Amino acid sequence: MVDAVISGANGLIAGFMNLHWSNPIMIAIGCLLLYLGIKKDFEPLLLVPIGFGCIIVNIPLAGLMEKEGFLRTIYDAGIITELFPLFIFIGIGAMTDFAPVLENPYTFLLGAAGQCGIFLTLLLALALGFEYNEAVTIGIIGACDGPTVIYVASQYAQNLLGPCTVAAYSYMSLVPVLQPPIMRVLTTKKERETVMKTHQRTVSKTTKLLFPIVITVVGGLIAPKGLPLLATIMLGNLMKESGAVERLTRASQNEIANIVTLLLGIAIGATMDGKVFVQPTTIIILALGLIAICLDTVCGVLFGKVLYLITGGKINPLIGAAGISAFPMSARVVQKEGQKYNKKNYLLMHAMGANAGGQVGSVMAAAVMLSVLKGMGII
Amino acid sequence: MTMLIVGMGGTLLTLMLLSIIMTVLKKIFPYKPDEEKKE
Repeated sequence: MVDAVISGANGLIAGFMNLHWSNPIMIAIGCLLLYLGIKKDFEPLLLVPIGFGCIIVNIPLAGLMEKEGFLRTIYDAGIITELFPLFIFIGIGAMTDFAPVLENPYTFLLGAAGQCGIFLTLLLALALGFEYNEAVTIGIIGACDGPTVIYVASQYAQNLLGPCTVAAYSYMSLVPVLQPPIMRVLTTKKERETVMKTHQRTVSKTTKLLFPIVITVVGGLIAPKGLPLLATIMLGNLMKESGAVERLTRASQNEIANIVTLLLGIAIGATMDGKVFVQPTTIIILALGLIAICLDTVCGVLFGKVLYLITGGKINPLIGAAGISAFPMSARVVQKEGQKYNKKNYLLMHAMGANAGGQVGSVMAAAVMLSVLKGMGII
Repeated sequence: MTMLIVGMGGTLLTLMLLSIIMTVLKKIFPYKPDEEKKE
């Protein structure tokens, strides 16, 4: 009887006894993510499920990530197969209005310049001794685009999925903090005060309909390895612009995006097991991710300055900072900064163009990178 | 370095090409306020 009671009691403390030193640290990190999501409103749709997933995967003996554990099932179904990020992309495409970038197609170039950080960080990661596939995944944090990071990590470096995704989403939410100082350092007061002409609505419905088809075909032919990314975002946009499949568009914008976001978040949290997450590598990845996003902003603003010079001061270089994929957060940051220096300055629509260009640019950069690596025989 | 040149160059050229195509498409299918209103 006494032995049975002791054995039974042992079962109740087994969880505590099997706690690895890293588990409490990760539970605290999970709580921090919850705090940032709930109290600070930093990407709550993702940080809340990620934070909670992080907490539960660090409770020993529950076997959530073991074979047939419920987190493992979600992870295998959506992350290993790359389905979750692609479903999210359909939703993003269905939610994004690309009209601003179509009104001024040159903003595509700002979207390209805003991806420089990806390639520079890739070089840095290689210099720090990461394998090629890992360096590619780390560099992609610079796309400032969560689903792209998840897509690339799940294909080429599953061991880095957790830190890279957390870095991408955390830094995306920190765009309003990270970008303004860089914008101020790289531009003069005169440049920041530049007033840009307001837009007229000049894009026909036919052009809007052809846009997703053209991007898919041309982009897919140039960089076939990234076609799933391009095709899903453009499918969502085609559905939205056609107006012919409203039910599917609404489902993509709401139900599908919401369900997948929940499952994606919790599955990412599940990769944050303390034993694999609490390592010096994670710190290096977080630092490289930060560098990547800062370099994106630097290159975007510098390209904006080039356009300012070429156009004889008609383009405000601040809009270059919006050439990243954090949509529409980055455009709002540009608008706010522009208005600080000139109350008559309405940069939002121009910045939205660069931001929408950044959305396409980040996917295109990932697609090009994967295709180049494939061409070089590295992946 | 190859990756930087081909990757970044490729991204820039691809987006430049797309921007040219979209500019051409805008010229072929210009915005007509009357037609858009009918729809």
